[in-house]
Amino acid sequence: MIPEFGHFALILALGLALLLSIVPLLGSFRGDQKAMALAPSLAIGQFVFISIAFGCLVWSFITDDFSVALVANNSNSLMPSVLKFAATWGNHEGSMVMWILFLSAWTAAVAVFSTALPLVLLSRVLSVLGFVAVGFLLFSLLTSNPFERLLPGVPQDGADLNPLLQDPGMIIHPPLLYMGYVGFSVAFAFAIAALMGGRLDASWARWSRPWTNAAWAFLSVGIMLGSWWAYYELGWGGWWFWDPVENASFMPWLAGTALIHSLAVTEKRGLFRSWTVLLAIFAFSLSLLGTFLVRSGVLTSVHAFAADPARGVFILAFLGIVVGGSLTLYAFRAPAVQSRIGFEWVSRESLLLFNNVVFLVATLTVLFGTLFPLITDALQLGKYSVGPPYFNAVFLPLMALLIPFMGVGPTSRWKRDSGKRWLQELLAPAIAALVIGLVFPFVYGGEFNLWVMLAVILAGWLALAMLRDFAIRVRNASSLGAGLRRLPASYWGMQAAHLGFAMTVVGVVLVSQYAVERDLKMSPGDVEEVAGYRFAFNSLEPVQGPNYVADGANFTVSRDGKPVAVLQPQKRRYLASGQVMTEAAIDAGVFRDIFIAMGEPLEGGRAWAIRLHYKPFVRWIWAGAIAMALGGFLTLADRRYRRARQTAAAPAGGGLEAA
Amino acid sequence: MHPVRKQRLILVCFIVVFSTLAVGLVAYGLRGNINLFYPPAEIAAGKAPVGQQIRLGGMVVEGSVRRDPQSLRVEFDVTDYQATVTAVYTGILPDLFAEGEGVVASGMLDDKGVLQATEVLAKHDENYMPPEVAEALANAHEEATGS
Repeated sequence: MIPEFGHFALILALGLALLLSIVPLLGSFRGDQKAMALAPSLAIGQFVFISIAFGCLVWSFITDDFSVALVANNSNSLMPSVLKFAATWGNHEGSMVMWILFLSAWTAAVAVFSTALPLVLLSRVLSVLGFVAVGFLLFSLLTSNPFERLLPGVPQDGADLNPLLQDPGMIIHPPLLYMGYVGFSVAFAFAIAALMGGRLDASWARWSRPWTNAAWAFLSVGIMLGSWWAYYELGWGGWWFWDPVENASFMPWLAGTALIHSLAVTEKRGLFRSWTVLLAIFAFSLSLLGTFLVRSGVLTSVHAFAADPARGVFILAFLGIVVGGSLTLYAFRAPAVQSRIGFEWVSRESLLLFNNVVFLVATLTVLFGTLFPLITDALQLGKYSVGPPYFNAVFLPLMALLIPFMGVGPTSRWKRDSGKRWLQELLAPAIAALVIGLVFPFVYGGEFNLWVMLAVILAGWLALAMLRDFAIRVRNASSLGAGLRRLPASYWGMQAAHLGFAMTVVGVVLVSQYAVERDLKMSPGDVEEVAGYRFAFNSLEPVQGPNYVADGANFTVSRDGKPVAVLQPQKRRYLASGQVMTEAAIDAGVFRDIFIAMGEPLEGGRAWAIRLHYKPFVRWIWAGAIAMALGGFLTLADRRYRRARQTAAAPAGGGLEAA
Repeated sequence: MHPVRKQRLILVCFIVVFSTLAVGLVAYGLRGNINLFYPPAEIAAGKAPVGQQIRLGGMVVEGSVRRDPQSLRVEFDVTDYQATVTAVYTGILPDLFAEGEGVVASGMLDDKGVLQATEVLAKHDENYMPPEVAEALANAHEEATGS
């Protein structure tokens, strides 16, 4: 009965979503207060029913109800309960239900937290979100029903979850990623609602900003977790592959990064309004495109569960409606919301415009590289693949170009600034960064390395310029404490995010330049030395797990005679599917990781192919991403978002306030 | 200059500079960094370029995996049941690599027609077959049966 309840709840939610997408919207155009006032209750009702549906699905997984096809295909009674729970979204149908759950959660959150919003705007925002929910609920119910039964002929046991997904990472990576992905729908809904009303002013940007920042922060953590998971789970020791599915989540992030910066300009100065709206549409369209790429089976990857053409066609059609509809609306309405305020070349507006152009170009080059193989294949021009060298060649120069300006950004003033002032304030950090960058490769690596030098100069410049800006902001205060207290939460958020970016730059470049990776043939008793660490292969023994059997190796790692770690990598064979999995053993550290993975047995199991990696600064990549996300969440605490009700629509002129 | 016009000028300059830069970067990035897929039949027919990055896909021939006892060098034959091409790889093969299963290897052909692979990819799970491989096999099957 439980699965049928879930199915029924999902259908009821569709009914509520249909009402939500039509009634308040019509009401907003006819001035019908009662119809508009329905929107929040409908949004919350929709959330309640989708939660029930999701709960029923989780229940079916936890209780091993193998009469449900989805459970039978993706779970197994031997799996630990936590993994059964995570298996709910470790498949196409379940992950779509989670998508919808988060969409309705964001919608309900907007309904609950936006009581200060004018009712007309709120009802339109919720209606647009309701429309998106209708699309995805229809998709789920018509093409990928999660509650389909296998009756009669209930299997004794499930087919097991793909072993790659049997990991704690599965519990947190997809939900956080989806929170971010779906969160851009709120920015999109605000943009569309503003276009409908033709009122795109600073207050609109102020309402939209915290939601966009939150979505961006979730997406940052989600992507970071995916990268970290790939690093320890795939057994290759790589952390980013420019795989089309990674790109699918990275493109909304890039567009979202441009969006949160252009929203800053729109809020503070009332500029770039049409542009901001377009970016909001673009970011959400990329989220939908990502969903299409991953869910339609046009790509082949561990993420692509479904290879059903009907599903691809549905999402593509929905994407067409959303993009086509919103661009048509934009074409009719955007001229009405143009601004007539100017700014000078040397100003914060220019710098943020530069940020926007860089991120947009980066998004488009990634988009091009991702779609190129699909296009040539569709046009029968051959089966090309575009590999990491392409993405590195276009992406890294763009980011390197960004950082010199990024360092100036926080110190710069709105509307008009002077190069002389920049020079005066920022010459010291620039020189310091140059010195550190020139010295670092010799001190750390023992020899000159151009890329490391460039990266350390850029990251050092970014961090020191931020520090300098910090000093500028507190120097006029009566005491340091008073100065710190005066800084708004959004400033702390910006500091954290930019510092995180600098950390990621350091991590990416140092690990790619200084990592030592050796693939060797080793037998128990062998000793190898890699990057100053001594790896002793002690023994090899069989391991029995709950739903797998494994060969386990035991290594002692030491340096200069002192023991560093005991590492026990495994090669597992999962019983239900017979699939083989590599479990890498990692000794993590702030400045270096040591990574051992087992390849394949040689000479009938007496020797093994062993992967020994030394990875300096690899943790900095993820620590930086966490700092970026933290920055995004910090901005939510800013007082001015809660003052939204009192303040008038006029743009705030406070040039010293953080963007 | 009128401030709005000046702002537009700034915008246009940004767009011109960046679109040029972007097109340049993309052109540079694509040069030699994209590689084309060839089934064994086409390589055997001499249609694939020598000394250029390509991808080869098909089934690993049963009993064809030969390992070097001293190192991690491994040789295997890839077939689409029409022709067979040998690939050489040094390193650790993916978990799902096995004889009689689908594989995609990327690398360069040497003058003896052997693929010097720099990367070997196997399917992601039991049910999955790389689409290029599936299609190549289907084509080969069609030609062989004359349908």
